Amino acid sequence: MAKPGKTDERRRDEVLLEVEGLSIALPQGAERAHAVEDISFTLNRNEILCVVGESGSGKSMTANAIMGLLPKPHVRPVAGSIRFEGSDLLTQSESALRKLRGSRVGMIFQEPMTALNPLMTVGKQIGEVFDAHGQIDRKERRRLILKLLDDVGLPDPEILIDTYPFRLSGGQRQRVMIAMALALEPAMLIADEPTTALDVTTQAQILELIRKLQESRNMGVMFITHDFGVVAEIADRVAVMQTGRIVELGTADEVLNDPKHDYTRRLIGAVPQFAPPERPAPAGEILLNVEGLRKTYVTSRGLFAKKREVAAAKDITFDIRRGETLGLVGESGSGKSTVGRCLVRLLDTDGGHIRFRELDFASLKGEALRAQRKHIQMVFQDPYASLNPRQKVGRIVAQGPRANGVPEEEAMARAKELLELVGLGAGALDRYPHEFSGGQRQRIGIARALALEPELLVADEPVSALDVSVQAQVLDLLDDIKKRLNLAMLFITHDLRVAAQICDRMAVMRLGEIVEYGRTHEVFNNPQHEYTKALLSAVPGRDWSIPEVALQQAHGGQSGGAPAR
Amino acid sequence: MRPATKDFWKRFLGNRGALIGLFILISVVLMAIFAPLIYPKDPWAMVQRPFLPPLDAQGFWFGTDTLGRDIGAGLVYGAQVSLLVGVVSTVVALAIGVTLGAVAGYYGGLVDDALMRFTEFFQTIPNFALAIVLVAILQPSTESVIIAIGVVSWPPVARLVRGEFLSLRSREFVQAARVVGQSNGQIIFGQVLPNTLSPIIVMASLMVATAILLESALSFLGLGDPNTMSWGYMIGAARTVIRQAWWMSVFPGVAILLTVLALNLVGEGLNDALNPRLARKGR
Repeated sequence: MAKPGKTDERRRDEVLLEVEGLSIALPQGAERAHAVEDISFTLNRNEILCVVGESGSGKSMTANAIMGLLPKPHVRPVAGSIRFEGSDLLTQSESALRKLRGSRVGMIFQEPMTALNPLMTVGKQIGEVFDAHGQIDRKERRRLILKLLDDVGLPDPEILIDTYPFRLSGGQRQRVMIAMALALEPAMLIADEPTTALDVTTQAQILELIRKLQESRNMGVMFITHDFGVVAEIADRVAVMQTGRIVELGTADEVLNDPKHDYTRRLIGAVPQFAPPERPAPAGEILLNVEGLRKTYVTSRGLFAKKREVAAAKDITFDIRRGETLGLVGESGSGKSTVGRCLVRLLDTDGGHIRFRELDFASLKGEALRAQRKHIQMVFQDPYASLNPRQKVGRIVAQGPRANGVPEEEAMARAKELLELVGLGAGALDRYPHEFSGGQRQRIGIARALALEPELLVADEPVSALDVSVQAQVLDLLDDIKKRLNLAMLFITHDLRVAAQICDRMAVMRLGEIVEYGRTHEVFNNPQHEYTKALLSAVPGRDWSIPEVALQQAHGGQSGGAPAR
Repeated sequence: MRPATKDFWKRFLGNRGALIGLFILISVVLMAIFAPLIYPKDPWAMVQRPFLPPLDAQGFWFGTDTLGRDIGAGLVYGAQVSLLVGVVSTVVALAIGVTLGAVAGYYGGLVDDALMRFTEFFQTIPNFALAIVLVAILQPSTESVIIAIGVVSWPPVARLVRGEFLSLRSREFVQAARVVGQSNGQIIFGQVLPNTLSPIIVMASLMVATAILLESALSFLGLGDPNTMSWGYMIGAARTVIRQAWWMSVFPGVAILLTVLALNLVGEGLNDALNPRLARKGR
């Protein structure tokens, strides 16, 4: 096993990877002929290159081509070269590539929860990397693994090395993945959205770790992401991809603060600004009052075993006024979705009051509840799972009015109006959900929620599954509808940037409790609770303010009547 | 036509096994429908000398049985019985199984526990033994055979439908239907059930085949309707003379084999066409 000696000094500008004119063909009948087309870029030693783009832009495909992980023969490189440390990877044999993977090039993936084998201890899995690239004696191997675990900042390596992955959190698993990728001290690390599945505070830690390891080991890192906040946090240089082409390539400072290409400007302009605008205090009457709401999940484990209890919501109190958007912000497991689901009565509460105007909403049951459901409606998170694949869009939108006794024709006419309101046009009525993109499906979901003329809209992470440019449009739509119909909205999100954009007031949740509650700009500018401070400081790219050119481009593009997506 | 429907036909018709199965099945169905035209005489009528081997006399391609009845007529009329029993008993089994499975899977909790214990109760008794007991109690007739087969074959349907409902009821589109105020009935029939149809259709096609086998086995034991000529009865009646007159049991046996095989081929084709992601590779 050849390892790089400690003596070789590397300069920052030494080229490690050189991709030139690379094109990758897709099978016939695919969306487009090439996944990536004629892309060229270089990666130097000792730098982080961020490849950024929306879904389907070909950024992951590029990484897989470098690793030789394309699903050949359906998807194959047809032109260009990938030169790594002097040799063209595209012409190498599979066995030569296998030797390269792991030892010279490491890779980490998006999903830490499924990337580890649940039946192997952490130490064994890292050990496999050594075994795959030659023998080391067991004692030495264990010592190296312990050092790696320590390097990636995991606590108690001595204990952790013999632990099974299910005991680790998502962030810890991602650290183990990083340790595996770095085990043989590769010269290049490819990171494919490594922090996308993680909470914001964990993400900040992992980003810092990658940055630190990159510097201490003089690695070249190719970091793939869709998030410009992350780019601002970590990148030395940036490549922006759009439908298989690199449209802009430059230093982080150039691309982020002075974007040249229209597409880059549009993308950056769509990133929600971190600084919330000061909004007038909401003046409408109080529509919903939640007091002391409690919800505990009880998992029974057989007849005699002790039951396991998880308090998802403890003593939650807040109110929402007409015409106001209240943000419910927190990390995964904080109980924010539970609260939302209790409000629309998908879950029964274990205590406390939900007063909707004069109505005691929490105690309604059966038919009485069904008749009152129309006042509080919900927009769901996953635009792909929330529409019945076997129903036409018209029927989906009309189902609420139909269930509440509105005649078929009237319900359909209403559905048509609503689809126009959310920017889809009446042509959508007779089509099936799979014919629409994610953003369009979310519009359908919004139309469905509005069909019953609700007074309160609960939006559970409605934009977290969408690309940033589509996200901005859906947020605008929600805000616009709220104002036009004078709705109250409970907006559940993990993304503080989004919260800053849309919420009048916000409540920060942690472990089932609201730890901070107040006007959005006050919470952002003067957080009181430690946890709020930690959350705010973990938002990637918080020091970067979106340049004026990008903002103009984004708004100019919208008023210019860009086709709704 | 919906693009999904077009895809379905493209995949189904591209499957050679399924096409052969469909062809055999259609032939059997046509045979059953036009039985009175092909053999205007009663299949029970004695029309020639007994023990006439196949192709020995003009018009008696399949020979005659121990009493001089035309085997060919028996085959054609037997197709009627087999298909009738197969299809109707499957409908009975689906009615019981889908209802119980849907209720158990949708409501969960105690309802689910109670219904599933009930289902297991039926599963622990061997199918065939229970069918024999039921027919014996009800007196042999076409109706009692149908009821018996229906009653013994619903548990797998219930389990399948329950599983599908369990996974579908927590999907967001079902929750969305609850939030807009749809009743449980509307959700079960309008939202969830249409999404479970593919596996149910596949299972039903295979159940028809099993039902035909069960009916043949019951008739073989003399528990079929005494007034209808069925394939199982023909084999049962001919078994004592199988060494002298092979044709009496072989032809109905081949008829059962081909029909069941055809149904299995069609079922498999449906499975591959309706669940393209699970389809076996290399066709």
